[in-house]
Amino acid sequence: MNFIDLLKRIPEICKTPETLPLEGKKLILDFVTWLGSLVGIAVPPWVLTLVNILVVIVAIIAVFLIMFALMSVWERKILARAQNRYGPNRVGPWGLFQPVADGIKMLTKEDIVPRNADKVVHFIAPIVMLVPALILPVLLPYGRGMVAIDLSVGILFFFAVGAGSEVAIFLAGWSSRNKYSILGAMRAIAQMISYELPLVMSAVIVALVAGTLSPTGIVEAQGGYQFGFFPNWFVFTPWGFVACVLFYFSALAESNRSPFDLPEGESELVAGHLTEYSGFKYALFFMAEYVGMFAINGLLVTLFLGGYQAPLPFLTFIPSWCWFFIKLAFLAFSLVWVRATMPRFRIDQMMQFAWKFMLPMSFAALFSAAAWHYAGRGLLGWGISAVLVAIPYFALGYFCFTRHHSADNRRYLFSE
Amino acid sequence: MSPILFWIFSALMLGFGAATILNRNPVASALSLVVSFLGLAALFFGLDANFIGVIQILVYAGAVMVLFIFIIMLLDLKAEQRRQINIPALLGGVAIVVAFTAQLVTVIRSYKAGNEPFAAITPNLPDAHNIGMTLFANYNLPFQVIGVLILVASIGVVVLSQRELK
Amino acid sequence: MQYLPVLLQVIVAIGFAAAALIFSVLLGKSGRRNPTKDSPYECGMLPIGGPQPRFAVKFYIVAMLFILFDLEVVFMYPWAVAFRDFSLKFGGSTILWSMISFIGIVTVGYAYAIKKGVLNWGRQDVEKSN
Repeated sequence: MNFIDLLKRIPEICKTPETLPLEGKKLILDFVTWLGSLVGIAVPPWVLTLVNILVVIVAIIAVFLIMFALMSVWERKILARAQNRYGPNRVGPWGLFQPVADGIKMLTKEDIVPRNADKVVHFIAPIVMLVPALILPVLLPYGRGMVAIDLSVGILFFFAVGAGSEVAIFLAGWSSRNKYSILGAMRAIAQMISYELPLVMSAVIVALVAGTLSPTGIVEAQGGYQFGFFPNWFVFTPWGFVACVLFYFSALAESNRSPFDLPEGESELVAGHLTEYSGFKYALFFMAEYVGMFAINGLLVTLFLGGYQAPLPFLTFIPSWCWFFIKLAFLAFSLVWVRATMPRFRIDQMMQFAWKFMLPMSFAALFSAAAWHYAGRGLLGWGISAVLVAIPYFALGYFCFTRHHSADNRRYLFSE
Repeated sequence: MSPILFWIFSALMLGFGAATILNRNPVASALSLVVSFLGLAALFFGLDANFIGVIQILVYAGAVMVLFIFIIMLLDLKAEQRRQINIPALLGGVAIVVAFTAQLVTVIRSYKAGNEPFAAITPNLPDAHNIGMTLFANYNLPFQVIGVLILVASIGVVVLSQRELK
Repeated sequence: MQYLPVLLQVIVAIGFAAAALIFSVLLGKSGRRNPTKDSPYECGMLPIGGPQPRFAVKFYIVAMLFILFDLEVVFMYPWAVAFRDFSLKFGGSTILWSMISFIGIVTVGYAYAIKKGVLNWGRQDVEKSN
């Protein structure tokens, strides 16, 4: 093997886009072997295993950080368009280099730590926040045979790691010794645990139908097409649609996105747990929030939107990993759209929505899915499960919301 | 699991477990407890008990930790920090720990199964599946009893908190 | 060792975050400190009282109910994974009914909490007037 042969393989790899990432990884491994032969030693197998893992990890981190950078411009652009403005358009073509400018600015800013703050914990909190956020993307399947670690309890592991950000938010709020920080942190934790239940429940529903907790297994269960053209994605069944919507809103709340951004509601709490953070520590929190948001929406794509499966049979010529990112981009756009459209919740509305509406609805969707399974997973099951979801939906809507929202019963405080 | 990782995680677990009881600051104790739980979860993963390991993180390091934090925030922190070390209580505690450890070691030594090597573990068991099958085939009644336990706990929380409000 | 990649990922992530922070400390400017700058940020107002207010008991109730429901969900995962094979192996819908009864029992506690109004986060006087 020599270097020219390795170079010759690059155009060959590019001819089959479906397996491009996998072949690229093999090429890098062969390059390491070639480097070893250049020095005159046989590369030991544990080094190759390590390089194998590290290549995947670095690739995933790089992809998600680039997505974070692009998203920060894209979000501001879309928000600007929604509000009849231009948005960032000075740095580079169409303002694309804005994240670079932001990064340099963040790096050179003064890092202010309040005198009373617990300095060690104040320093550790952004790191604790970033670590779970960067583990999450490793668990998702990006394409056929493209999953960094395929765990048998993958989905549960995802939620378990995701719970780490609660600890980080508390660390940030508590170590700042600021009333707004600790209030924001407590609110954020209360919100995250309330919405974690519907989030985890909607994943139970998918596990029930797919019979596995491994993300790859769940995506494979959604392969194939009904009647030759209609994809078997879970979102196209009544229970799946309900679970998908519940998951979407819980994911919004988990990543503290608008309209669930009360923990950092600037009109009440300055910036919540981020009040005393400046410079690059703030940037790390920002980064962790966005990477976590991408990861949880990637899980939504995996659970309900068919993961890397193509939506129509004749579209399979586009490689599977492209489909994953197309769907993720679509979801990211919808998140910004929601942010541009919806006003912020009040805390009592937020708690009421989680505990009195979403939690019972997720139980209804669970039994609807079980009925769908027993009715043979066909059109009959479709009808039965639709009825089983519709009844609780209207009943809950009537009992939870009608009374409070009729104009004569609701007495508004002046501050609302 | 390689022995090096085993020793690292055991040391992590025990070290932060000790930090939990030695820290004067309740928040620092609670956070040490989380790290201790993470070490324990890593040991479970090393035994290929994936489901139990994940539950250890999800329930203990996630949910129970949040409960501790909320309780600490309910209380007055400074009163706890000011309290002095009580020497007789400390000595009594040490004595009980030593007696308990001695008892444990004696029992394990004299117990036959305690001296046999462990059976080899099948790697990559679909353990969530196995737990489900066993739980619902053999232990259905205890499972319902757990439901009653959760019911009692939730009613207890509501009753206690209502009393607090008045 | 299935979880070795996760361990490596943790190390890489900590390395990345710590390196970025240290880099920013080296690059960043540091201005002169003064008492006003060191005080907690409260939009220019002078801070009144201690930094740590005591929190309402509502937070504790939510956390406790969260644990109880989390335990319920923990039992639902093995149930959901085994659901199909159990139905095939033992026939019938025993597994479904045992979960329905379990959820039914737990729901009694949930209904009690709702009835007692512990999940209402609005102001008590406003809630009562509705």
